[in-house]
Amino acid sequence: MPCHDGCGLCQIKIDDLSVEKGRDKILINVSFLVKCGELTAIIGTNGAGKTTLLRSILGEINHTGKVIHEDCTGENIENITVGYVPQFLDFDRTMPISVEDFLLSGRTKTPVWLKKKKSLIEEIRADLDKVGCADLISRKLGSLSGGELQKVLLVAALNPSPDLLILDEPVSGVDEVGTEKFYKMIHKLYHERHIAVAMVSHDLSLVREYADKVVLLNKSVLCYGTVDEVFSSQEFKKEFGGL
Amino acid sequence: MDILYALFEKLPFSWTQYGFMVNAFIAVLLISPLLGTLGTMTVNNKMAFFSDALGHSALTGIAIGVMIGIDNMLISMVAFGILLSLIIMKVKATNSASADTIISVFSSTSVALGLVILSIGGGFSKYSQYLIGDILAITSKDLLLLFVLLIVVLLIWGLIYNKLLLVSLNADLAASRGIKHRLIENIFVVLVAVVVMLSIKWIGVLLINSLLILPAAAARNIAKNSKQHLIYTISISLLSGIIGLILSFYINSSSGATIVLTSAIMFFITLLIRKLSERS
Repeated sequence: MPCHDGCGLCQIKIDDLSVEKGRDKILINVSFLVKCGELTAIIGTNGAGKTTLLRSILGEINHTGKVIHEDCTGENIENITVGYVPQFLDFDRTMPISVEDFLLSGRTKTPVWLKKKKSLIEEIRADLDKVGCADLISRKLGSLSGGELQKVLLVAALNPSPDLLILDEPVSGVDEVGTEKFYKMIHKLYHERHIAVAMVSHDLSLVREYADKVVLLNKSVLCYGTVDEVFSSQEFKKEFGGL
Repeated sequence: MDILYALFEKLPFSWTQYGFMVNAFIAVLLISPLLGTLGTMTVNNKMAFFSDALGHSALTGIAIGVMIGIDNMLISMVAFGILLSLIIMKVKATNSASADTIISVFSSTSVALGLVILSIGGGFSKYSQYLIGDILAITSKDLLLLFVLLIVVLLIWGLIYNKLLLVSLNADLAASRGIKHRLIENIFVVLVAVVVMLSIKWIGVLLINSLLILPAAAARNIAKNSKQHLIYTISISLLSGIIGLILSFYINSSSGATIVLTSAIMFFITLLIRKLSERS
């Protein structure tokens, strides 16, 4: 992907996205940009439609409008590769699946219980090592702590290299030191690899510190701009009661 | 096949002298790992209840076969099994909150419908063999069919395994990786439907789900990764199949039920192992 080499020109375009459930309009004409090498935070009160928006981008919910990856030549690619780090992975913790199985299953078609390629295992070990978790490789996925699981999910989301990385409240269940480490890691990552990052977060102080752009959502986009612009807007004060 | 029979005859056990026991033994070697393998994902996907409903629906499949007058009931059973599985998946997808209730409704409806049709005129007794099955009645032609089925299922299984693993972990996560999770799940349930329907004559409506679920559930107690899960499941299913079959010969009990009971014992043993290892 030559366009990812520090161009800063490619972007993910959320174009006029609407979602209806029965008669309820959950999202109305949502449009914004997520530029590569930038972190765009999506904030809003409970029930503002943040999760619905993410799931629409993932293609999990029927919606109108488009999600387009516009590369540096201005060409539109409709099939975007998304990396998704959910806030809370709802899974059966007793399931017999190891970290290695989980990461392998996303990278190869060979069933994970067959003999594995050494190179692939080394690759996974190296990726885990980058987030400081190489020792987790043979642990059972269900036995990981919240923070460990988050890192493993991040490693999974980064391969194949995503056009858009979606972080869904990525640090819930992690202690404060862990939170800061995690954000620093993400920060370094998307700067180095020029990935467009969209993040949903409740933690406004973290958003203030790490986000480049902010989308204030309540069914539709109330305000979109830089952190300062959004945090000083009237809409922000109205939504969050002048925090 | 003849060489195999001759080989068994030379063995110093009384049960190997009977052709039907040798056939049943080979059938166990084919059916138990087949059901067990599919069972690993049935359990991972929390579909134990679904496969139970599927097994029960065989009765309706048979009834439909009788009504339209086809000789080979397998065709109507497999067709109805696939149809029912896909319908349940569809309904489940639109209303996930009460999946178990929906499955239960389909299950009871198909059992009742099957029983009503088959018992019209008071002739149900000739179908009662389908309730508990009879593995001792299996012929060498049936064995060949099972063998082909095993190969086909394992091939498809190998192709979809990794995707299915991600889907069973979390559907949203799988979708974010470009996996068409509905398609993968549907392929899987069709696979289960075909295997269940083709084995039901030998295992029976009442017991089929146990052979699918118990070995995988037992293995889950002690497995830490996918490979262990699969290996333990196949070992447990083979072991309980062989022990159950031979035991049933000597105590003159129903083979299917004895096999299931043996797997159940295996489940409690592995559960105990897990509890003990958790404590230490």
